[in-house]
Amino acid sequence: MNLILIPHDTKIGFIKSRFITFAIFGLLALVSVLSLTIRGVNYGIDFKGGYLLEVRSHEKPDIGAMRENLSKLDFGSVTLQGLGSGNDVLIRISDTGLSSPKDREAMLGKIKSALGDIEYRRVESVGPQIGQELVTDGIYAGIVSLLLILIYIWFRFEWQFAVCGILSLLNDGLATLGFYGIFHSFEFNTNALIAILTVMGYSINDAVVIFDRIRENMRKLNNKNLTEIIDKSINETLSRTILTSATTVLALLILYLFGGEVIASFSMPILFGIVVGTFSSICLAAPMLIYTGAEKVIKSGETAGTFN
Amino acid sequence: MNSAGKLRSYIVCGVCLLGILLAAPNILPVSFLNKLPSWFPKDIIYLGLDLSGGSHLLMEVDIDYADQERLSQVAQEIRQTLRKSGVGFSDLPHTVKLGDKVLKFRLNDPTQAAQAHSVLSSVDHDSSVSINGENVEITHTDASKQVMYREIVDKSIEIIRRRIDASGTREPVITRQGADRILVQIPGVQDPARVKALIGRTAKLTFRLVEASAPELSSRPTTSAIGTGYQYLPHADGSGYIAIKNQAMVGGDMLTDARQEYDEFNRSQVSFKFNNIGAKRFAKVTRENVGKRFAIVLDGKVISAPVIQEAITGGSGRITSSHFSAQEASDLALLLRAGALPAPLKAVEERTVGPGLGADSIKAGTVATIIAIVFVALFMILVYGWFGVIASIAVVFNIVLLIAALSCLQATLTLPGIAGIALTVGMAVDANVLINERIREELRSGAKPRQAVDAGYQRAFSSILDSNLTTLFGTACLYVFGSGSIRGFAVTLSLGILASMFTAITLTRLIVDHWYLKGSRQQNIAF
Repeated sequence: MNLILIPHDTKIGFIKSRFITFAIFGLLALVSVLSLTIRGVNYGIDFKGGYLLEVRSHEKPDIGAMRENLSKLDFGSVTLQGLGSGNDVLIRISDTGLSSPKDREAMLGKIKSALGDIEYRRVESVGPQIGQELVTDGIYAGIVSLLLILIYIWFRFEWQFAVCGILSLLNDGLATLGFYGIFHSFEFNTNALIAILTVMGYSINDAVVIFDRIRENMRKLNNKNLTEIIDKSINETLSRTILTSATTVLALLILYLFGGEVIASFSMPILFGIVVGTFSSICLAAPMLIYTGAEKVIKSGETAGTFN
Repeated sequence: MNSAGKLRSYIVCGVCLLGILLAAPNILPVSFLNKLPSWFPKDIIYLGLDLSGGSHLLMEVDIDYADQERLSQVAQEIRQTLRKSGVGFSDLPHTVKLGDKVLKFRLNDPTQAAQAHSVLSSVDHDSSVSINGENVEITHTDASKQVMYREIVDKSIEIIRRRIDASGTREPVITRQGADRILVQIPGVQDPARVKALIGRTAKLTFRLVEASAPELSSRPTTSAIGTGYQYLPHADGSGYIAIKNQAMVGGDMLTDARQEYDEFNRSQVSFKFNNIGAKRFAKVTRENVGKRFAIVLDGKVISAPVIQEAITGGSGRITSSHFSAQEASDLALLLRAGALPAPLKAVEERTVGPGLGADSIKAGTVATIIAIVFVALFMILVYGWFGVIASIAVVFNIVLLIAALSCLQATLTLPGIAGIALTVGMAVDANVLINERIREELRSGAKPRQAVDAGYQRAFSSILDSNLTTLFGTACLYVFGSGSIRGFAVTLSLGILASMFTAITLTRLIVDHWYLKGSRQQNIAF
């Protein structure tokens, strides 16, 4: 007897309930935008410059004393965080205008002497000018991959699919960014850029599978209208969509639990983004198609070919 | 089964075996690998510094300094050329300030403008000269600056490599990043501060006469107090400031050798030898200036300024300082042997990971990946029964092929790359899920098992291709536009997607055909 996650003959009216789901996505986007404009994200040292030290002491570290010693050094902000094993402490210190590398180095010396005899597992020091370039690179990577994806879907499907796919993908990217806006314990660093771009990659993968079924059904059932075809296609692929998301979420959850501090801080936002991405390909990308005049495409029977 | 089908089966099995062979060195002990014949592939995954431990230093050329140096040179040449051609001028600065981008001076006679223009244009082809009445302005074009920065970076890379090699550090990776940056990656370094000291020091050595008319000062002089032709430089030991002539008599580029030695009081010193030109010039200068003080200036600081007792003709000399430690002296000797950097470099980004943390990350990542495979396999078996077992075999081979590809391509595995592998585990089953769902649909609509399997694979193919290719385009962009760990992640995820397309479509099909669809299952499969 096999486990059935989703029964095979669901007949959920996704198009009918689109106003509810669109509203939920709209709300999510609004929350993301608001949190980003009001709170911003908690930039890591990759973006704003500063120091990051991971230290291990031989016995249980006195975080309070360490904090006190460090705050005597007159920094902008010092955060200490105990890590998994109990003897490890992650220290983040933002750079308050110490732009010259010499100053930074001198400061690092002071930090080290304030911490005393301790094992340094990781020491990072980043100048403030790096961040801007990281953002630019990330945006470039994002725009070019969006364009390539747009062109690929346009050629393999129709421009309507490309537009809906990209819109839903942007929604997922924004929601993941919003995750960083809401949860400031997740630091926005290079890995955050990777997380957002990964979510966007996954989200489009998910949407394309549904698009593929819609394209197939358009050809097969040209007596039905678009609403019926979309609903039928989403329902037919629902089992696959949920199953694949479930295994991916499972893998990411394990990564979060067992992968260590850095990997954990990186897998949680992806996890969130993939959940959003799964629902957006079901309830946003495909239902949006009815607004793009894809109806005419079916009638004319001009859908692009498959490799079958 | 036809012969084309047979050939295909052999190819699929061959690829999987090759994958095992290429991935194996990663888990086999080194002692065992060494015993294997030389043709056996022994490449293992190349670990990024965040996993193997080491230092990552991003150095940036000090552009202001480079501009200043260049303008200073041009100023000197202008002075000589204009004098030679009889053009009178005034206010041409002797020392160019840091951050200056334009050289300004005045002509005594504005009617000489045309003549001055042609003379100045011949001084430096990369500068643009504008003369407005008596005011002259000289700037360097952006294009020529780019060329200059590139040359500086090239030269710097060469010198950094020499310095690091001489310090005995193994396998540094030194690469250009953008227009004016150099990335230095040194695996497994215990003392990054020393490496940084070696890389970051310009080590520009000059021998210059001391301006006897100006007194030594205990604090930095105000600019107005400085006369022409000399400048105040600090003593390296911080004891005050001394007036040093701007013109360098001999430079570090004329050295052929430098060594750390001990003097008769067992103090460290650096002895050096000049090349022929340097030796001649050094002899001439010392002969003509007996009784005067001669300063040894390193990176704008005066190490010592002894009085010249007699002409030094042997072409060698030594640098002594009261506070040299043996390490400092040997580092200085190393720097002088390797040559001076054309411009100072500053560390804009510095990341050091201790070997312990990297090992922990690999362990945590490996554990997480294995647990993920186990759970995903269990889940698939729960949902699809025997087809789930087949999908799980595909996932295992997917990871084996991914490790094999990473090993033989020698792509760098970084911490996000480990996340990429675990993510691949989650997504790798997607193709199988698509296929299996299709098979279920076909069976439900009454197809016979073999028909259902055929149709399932065939129909799912376009979905698999479209969805994976779209994702591949995305990751390809990450690779092209990203850097460092982003690239590592993109490579891992792309290879993972390619491997999953292969295993999910061909390997599982092979297993289904040859193993599963036998006997009674040809008529009826439980799904």
